[in-house]
Amino acid sequence: MIIKGRVIKYGDNVDTDVIIPARYLNTIDETELASHCFEVLDEDFKDKIKDRKIIVGGENFGCGSSREHAPIAIKASGIKAIIAGSFARIFYRNAINIGLPVIVSNEASKVIKDKDDLEIDLDNGEISDLTGKKTFKVPPLPDFIQKVISSGGYIEFTKARLAGKR
Amino acid sequence: MKDTNRPQTIAQKILAAHSGREYVDTGEIINASVDIVLGNDITMPLAIEEFKKIGAKKVFDRSKIVMVPDHFTPNKDIKSAEQCKVLRDFAGQQDIINYFEIGEMGIEHALLPEKGLVLPGELVIGADSHTCTYGALGAASTGVGSTDAAVAMATGKAWFMVPKTLKFVYKNVSGPWITGKDLILYTIGMIGVDGALYMSMEFSGPAIGSLSMDSRFAMANMAIEAGGKFGLFEVDGKTIEYVRSKGKTQYSIFKSDENARYEKVFEIDCSKIKLQVAFPHLPSNARDASDAGDIIIDQVVIGSCTNGRMEDLKMAAGILKGRKTNKRLRTIIIPATQKIYLEAMKAGLLEIFIEAGCVVSTPTCGPCLGGHMGILAEGERAVATTNRNFVGRMGHPKSEVYLSGPAVAAASAITGRISIPEEVLS
Repeated sequence: MIIKGRVIKYGDNVDTDVIIPARYLNTIDETELASHCFEVLDEDFKDKIKDRKIIVGGENFGCGSSREHAPIAIKASGIKAIIAGSFARIFYRNAINIGLPVIVSNEASKVIKDKDDLEIDLDNGEISDLTGKKTFKVPPLPDFIQKVISSGGYIEFTKARLAGKR
Repeated sequence: MKDTNRPQTIAQKILAAHSGREYVDTGEIINASVDIVLGNDITMPLAIEEFKKIGAKKVFDRSKIVMVPDHFTPNKDIKSAEQCKVLRDFAGQQDIINYFEIGEMGIEHALLPEKGLVLPGELVIGADSHTCTYGALGAASTGVGSTDAAVAMATGKAWFMVPKTLKFVYKNVSGPWITGKDLILYTIGMIGVDGALYMSMEFSGPAIGSLSMDSRFAMANMAIEAGGKFGLFEVDGKTIEYVRSKGKTQYSIFKSDENARYEKVFEIDCSKIKLQVAFPHLPSNARDASDAGDIIIDQVVIGSCTNGRMEDLKMAAGILKGRKTNKRLRTIIIPATQKIYLEAMKAGLLEIFIEAGCVVSTPTCGPCLGGHMGILAEGERAVATTNRNFVGRMGHPKSEVYLSGPAVAAASAITGRISIPEEVLS
């Protein structure tokens, strides 16, 4: 799977309250959730997503609440992947469970700049920064997590497992 | 199961026991059986939708699903009312035993232990990040998202990566007014908001024995604020007494082996910990409340799954008794459960609060997450006994939350600025 896109860059400890404030959690409609995505942290987010599809964050991305509405709002905003130095664990598994690729790379998180153009090769664990002309190797994901992602998320994976196919 | 060549921590032992194994290694991904799946009015509607997508007709065990509408309840608006209705309807269709309606509910992480629904040695997942609270009972419990909750409701299982463990050894005697909240804020200040990322935190040492269960719940509750997966305490006489008072006698006690491997061991001298306050906008911005400087505040909130228990209310009442809160600010007190509310009433605490000029609310998460019942305007500041002080957490993106325990919150309510009890008691 190859993901191409331009970068929106954020810092460390991007928390779930700035991704989607709790006051908007009285719905599970993804379009509505997306309409408030990042409005606290970055008022230009809606403009940026017109031509940018990859978020690069720092350490502890997605810390705070267990709200799955956070990765859902990001995914429904058209974001194709998130790269960060590290992810908060609940956000990480939520993103995997809904089929939003999340990639841990300390080096890429530090070196990649805002507006860089990237090409991510998920199968071979490679992030290419086409603007910065640099390539980052990413260690392969654990087998189980790869299976969940290749199934299209944890629900599809579970359906296949219950049907005896996993 | 003791295997001296392959020693394990409490976290490893509980995960092993729930996956039919004698030993699990850190970093392994396992599929384990869970004892409880928990959800609330924000996370459950999404989980129910995902549950239906799986094609499951019935939950795996109607006695092991717990549903607590506590975040935006009593329903704050039409949309919230619709969300709660989804929960209520599903609970009815599935004959869920542990669905707690307004009137018998409380904030989930205060309610479940109070009802005896979580016991030592159990493995619990909840679609709420503060599910780690039950570590105080020696249960491995952790927050997950709605999809994880949905799959566990259908299958009774969840996937876990077996975590490494950080050990915290608390020594010596704490000073007056110091509670578990001060110990945990101090600890998060020391290791940072990602200091325990992906790891289990194990709280131990001689000072823990003298800590009340309420203080232990407050500490375990905030393990997530350091990125932790579990916040585990070893079961002792106080835990057993607590569980017995709920009429429970069947449970498993796990202890870490003496030679268990820890990622790191921290020794903390409790006699040196002063009352803490975490400045905006991270729980790790902890400092001594006595060094806070002149921070004028507009609101005080005493409540939440962290500090809405009897110990907290008693401590606040001890400071507020016979005094008046500052006229310039609002003080909101939220007993965490109906039972605590009633106990506080019988003990005369509610009268003390109302006489002092506080409002007392029915149990709700409410203001903690900026839902309702005490939202901040632009530029306003609150001292709160809650657990997060991120940007916009309690309302306007330009408002601020300062986290503290009940003593600092009550003293600050009287002076109108961040204060320690000595400022108002002398």
